[in-house]
Amino acid sequence: MAKEKGYRELPPGGLILEAGNAAEYITGGWRTYRPQVDKGLCTNCLQCWLLCPDCCIHVDDGTMTGYDYDHCKGCGICARICPVKAITMILETDPRGGADERGQFNSKKKA
Amino acid sequence: MGRVVALTGNEAAAEAMRQIDPDVVAAYPITPQTELMHKFADFVADGLVKTEVILVESEHSAMSACVGACAAGARVMTATSANGLALMWEIVYIAASLRLPIVMTVVNRALSGPINIHCDHSDTMGCRDSGWIQLYGENPQEAYDNLIQALKIAEHPDILLPVMPTYDGFIISHTLERLEVLGDDEVKRFVGEFKPAHPLLDLSRPVTYGPLDLQDYYFEHKKAQAEAMKRAKGVVRAVGEEYGRLTGRSYGFFDAYRTEDAEQIILCLGSSAGTAKEVVDELREKGRRVGVLKLRMFRPFPAEELAGAIGHASAIAVLDRAEGFNGVSGPVGLEVRSALYGRSAALVGNYIYGLGGRDLRPELIVQVFDDLAGGRAPLLEAAHLGVRE
Ligand code: SF4
Ligand code: SF4
Repeated sequence: MAKEKGYRELPPGGLILEAGNAAEYITGGWRTYRPQVDKGLCTNCLQCWLLCPDCCIHVDDGTMTGYDYDHCKGCGICARICPVKAITMILETDPRGGADERGQFNSKKKA
Repeated sequence: MGRVVALTGNEAAAEAMRQIDPDVVAAYPITPQTELMHKFADFVADGLVKTEVILVESEHSAMSACVGACAAGARVMTATSANGLALMWEIVYIAASLRLPIVMTVVNRALSGPINIHCDHSDTMGCRDSGWIQLYGENPQEAYDNLIQALKIAEHPDILLPVMPTYDGFIISHTLERLEVLGDDEVKRFVGEFKPAHPLLDLSRPVTYGPLDLQDYYFEHKKAQAEAMKRAKGVVRAVGEEYGRLTGRSYGFFDAYRTEDAEQIILCLGSSAGTAKEVVDELREKGRRVGVLKLRMFRPFPAEELAGAIGHASAIAVLDRAEGFNGVSGPVGLEVRSALYGRSAALVGNYIYGLGGRDLRPELIVQVFDDLAGGRAPLLEAAHLGVRE
């Protein structure tokens, strides 16, 4: 995350002067449970992609490929909806959860 | 240049609004503000202003509409009293924290209950910490003058804070007095054109108003708001001086009357200052060294300047037209005491008076000066002036 600004540097009234900046706000740290997909079971039905309230399911050419852990808040809707139970929710502190695809346990914004 | 007219406080405020011709006015009627909006609605119906009037179903909606219109980029005004202001509360804070330069006349009236339509300052004192600049007027002339200056203060690019010019319900709002009004073009020139910094309707520069603001930035935004309030002092002074050059009536943070050599000083707000000045003149005839300081600007609080103006007195009485329900002091009393702390050795007594429109008779003011002179000022706990035991 960018260095936090001091009060003198901010626009008045808490206004945000740039459009479409929600992606810069890393909300993945709020997560308690992280979703993990077993691609051996997944049928690429994309119901998880449809239902995720935070648009955190990565899809590449019709294939469900993983998660945006910077913004996934761990709500578990994807795991609940998955018709073949390919998604499990694992406690963030559980070593079996392992690191995410960038080798970080708790996701951080790319530098 | 000035035109001499006879108007009530409400008519004077409506006249100022006609001359300003704001883009949007959203309001809901409440006594004693109602007559102001009646009069302004006449101007709208007669085509004398281009203002879009939004008639809403409550004061909460009135202030919400003001917030929306001001964020959109409009010059916005409204008016209310007492319970109407109380119903706005939530949005009153939001207007200030979004830094929207809305001007809202508050015609001071006692808050319910028991229900009462007459003057005290419980309404505006209740929202003294809401982040609005507050200017208290003494008479219809000041109701007119403060409203015009309020707009220029609010919209100053270094400030961008809403302003609440007030005057006493019925005592001023419904009293016909002689005053001087400016020409329409003089007012328009003085207030200038409103150039909103970040209008929502400017689609080429998209902006978000009111996003979620958590532990990481809320504190910084509050600090910036507090700093803007501090800067407002300089702008209130500069605008008051500029207004003085135009009209011959300069305005500052307060109006000190015969205080320079005074040993006892009464400090009060609004119409009571007029009565207090009369009493001061009478007592001065008898050789008493007394004076009165009328506080015009309560927010921001001019602590240092106030201490400079009254700190030399041996005893000061602060008259509060609102009960603080803290068992100690009214709201103005508390702030004057802390302003003098470390700056002056004057003893500060505090009186609660005039609740629900109870008259402040000259005899009561004489009694206060006698208390101050006789070492009987209520120093540790406010006394209630003119209440039956
Ligand atoms: S856990 Fe919730 S937020 Fe995270 S990917 Fe699944 S549906 Fe989206
Ligand atoms: S809902 Fe389950 S099966 Fe369907 S794409 Fe998502 S993970 Fe794969």
